[in-house]
Amino acid sequence: MKAARKASQRRSRLVVSLFAVVMAMLAITAPGAASADEVGTDEYDFVFSGNVKYNSEPLEDVLIKVSGNGYENEVVTDAEGKWKIGVPEKDKYTITIDESTLPKGVIVADDEANGASKEAEFGLTGNKTVNFFLGEGVRNVTSFGDQLLERIVNGLNFGLMLALAAIGASLVFGTTGLSNFAHGELVTLGAVFTLVLGVFNQWPLLLAIPVAVLLSGAVGLGLDAALWRPLRKRGTGLTQLLIVSIGLSLALRYLIQFFIGGNIYQLPGSSDTKINLFGSVSLSVVDMVSMGVSIVVLLAVAWWLTRTRIGKATRAISDNPSLAAASGINVNGVVRIVWVVSAALAGLAGILWAFFIPGIKWDMGGGFLLLIFAAITLGGLGTAFGAAIGSLIVGLLVEVSTLWIPSDLKYLGALAVLIVVLLVRPQGLLGRKERIG
Amino acid sequence: MDWGAVLNNTAGWLISPTTIAYAIAAVGLAVHFGYGGLLNFGMAGFMALGAYGYAISILSFGLPWWAGIIVGMLAATVFALILGIPTLRLRADYLAIVTIAAAEIVRLLFTTQVFDEFTNSADGLGGYHAGFRGANPIPEGTYGFGPWQYTENQWWVRIFGILILAVVVLIVFLLMRSPWGRVLKGIREDEDAVRALGKNVFAYKMQSLVLGGVFGALGGVVFALPSAVVPAVYVTSLTFFLWTILLLGGAATIFGPVVGSVIFWVIMAFLDNVLPQLAADDILPISNIQAAVVRYIFVGVALLLIVIFRPQGIFGNKKELTFVK
Repeated sequence: MKAARKASQRRSRLVVSLFAVVMAMLAITAPGAASADEVGTDEYDFVFSGNVKYNSEPLEDVLIKVSGNGYENEVVTDAEGKWKIGVPEKDKYTITIDESTLPKGVIVADDEANGASKEAEFGLTGNKTVNFFLGEGVRNVTSFGDQLLERIVNGLNFGLMLALAAIGASLVFGTTGLSNFAHGELVTLGAVFTLVLGVFNQWPLLLAIPVAVLLSGAVGLGLDAALWRPLRKRGTGLTQLLIVSIGLSLALRYLIQFFIGGNIYQLPGSSDTKINLFGSVSLSVVDMVSMGVSIVVLLAVAWWLTRTRIGKATRAISDNPSLAAASGINVNGVVRIVWVVSAALAGLAGILWAFFIPGIKWDMGGGFLLLIFAAITLGGLGTAFGAAIGSLIVGLLVEVSTLWIPSDLKYLGALAVLIVVLLVRPQGLLGRKERIG
Repeated sequence: MDWGAVLNNTAGWLISPTTIAYAIAAVGLAVHFGYGGLLNFGMAGFMALGAYGYAISILSFGLPWWAGIIVGMLAATVFALILGIPTLRLRADYLAIVTIAAAEIVRLLFTTQVFDEFTNSADGLGGYHAGFRGANPIPEGTYGFGPWQYTENQWWVRIFGILILAVVVLIVFLLMRSPWGRVLKGIREDEDAVRALGKNVFAYKMQSLVLGGVFGALGGVVFALPSAVVPAVYVTSLTFFLWTILLLGGAATIFGPVVGSVIFWVIMAFLDNVLPQLAADDILPISNIQAAVVRYIFVGVALLLIVIFRPQGIFGNKKELTFVK
């Protein structure tokens, strides 16, 4: 971790020097910025500004109007497409772009409801940048079908990585009866291990990712050996175990923050350019590899559960622990393997998710945990294949619902499904009725 | 290190509005978990409803401050009913999962841009204090001694909070001695046995969920009284801190949650004062920012150890262990 901290210090120094370079460049270009067409900026302290561009070409002589609070003014953009308007009060104003002054075939493509107008408000400072997205002619929005297709592909990608984590949590629940609230932190840990190895220590990603998955598995092994196994031996009740997992989740979450701080980190390659596959569907190479890896790993887990001895033993224990133990299955041994597999899968899900969001933050697992729970409940508590199906549905729901609801509410649908499922079919899709007790 | 300042700051947390608010919410959690055996992991949602119910009814609808508190309590009641109907007939861990998800839904709804007009989204709400401060009977000035010197408004928040806490504790004390409380404790111990006696277990659980939820909302109101309502506060960590407080004091005790909250926040404040100083003096090999995080790691470890080694809490009776199954 010391090396990691050193690396991050080195990086922050780099960031500082980069910042200085940018500031210097700004200072040189400052006269250009000052020549932006300005109205009322001398009279008033609060200034709206913007830059009108279409296909990165600045547009000159575009009329911008500001109105609100009994104040009205207008400005025309300069040769660089820039404009500034001063307003008397720190309040909400409507800013309109006059579409008739735009070149032919160019319109404002922001939001169909508001058209060429925008409501703008100042934040903490007296300056606010207001930009409009300009699009081409009439066909500026992708058709509903295309958007739906794009969302579905994204949703499948998300659902697949959710399935990795959910199957693990579901196996743990099936074999030990524990709803593991620390599973979200195992997801974060996978991403953080990759960050530490691949970014702080600059290992190649193809090496860093497998090692991170192995490390996650080792964490699972360690947790079982140091915590869960002794507790099982003591005969600690399930409710107690559940709260222990919450304590563990808190401790791990803040331990991660202790080491990586509150920043958002990026893995290399997470913002690659997207390649257009067909229609409106474009995926980056990372997205495609991520989906491929998820599918292969999920199939491998399915094969392991249905074809191998230990996999069969796992399902037997999920079905009836006492009977499994009585028929000679080493329950503790199987549970240990389940913990390793579950933690490794969670770690892998975390790595893929870090590419998907993109970003790594110390508390990223918290939100993911709730989606895991939603997926498991939807599929049926304790059934591994139910968890996989539930994950795909939740993944699709989260992405597709953004067509109708704002994206900052996209997890809402998944969580609401959780409650609806419990109302209508509490045992889940594949669960059996007697499990719900 | 300036030990005088450390002790001064720490002592202030004995009666800080945060301590009082957490104590009120923890009493609500005791009604849920300690007496009813309900695994509610959505207390942050109840607190958020109380705080936002109070702030929004004052700011957007111009209601008087006391009506704002009632609105918060009503919101919590509705929330408890929505949560309870699908889950109270099911096994306990379903309630745990649903409540934590529902609390997150509440937080998302208060954070989103969609209702910006009412909630001011991620920036939160402030400036709703006029009504409450107007009702302050204390004349202007600074009162107190030693570490407890506050202005009239700061005292008013504290006194009002302690009054609510006292009422809430009294209600729990009386209820748990009553037949209603005995039935509720019976449900915690053995649901089927109580059902066999002809009691409507579902109704009792629902009443417990609503009552504890309303206490949670009151905690949220007191939490919002001195400063502002910010959605980022009402995350799952808040709920987990409340659980730590509850289990520290003793889940099935009257004063456990109150004492738990005081101990929790005094220790937290002490660490918050001492650790950064130790880091600054190079006694601990960590940075200042890391020093601020360490205490939260302790909370997690403490919760884990309490549940394993002393599940009845400091004041709890081993016989009234709430972890039955």
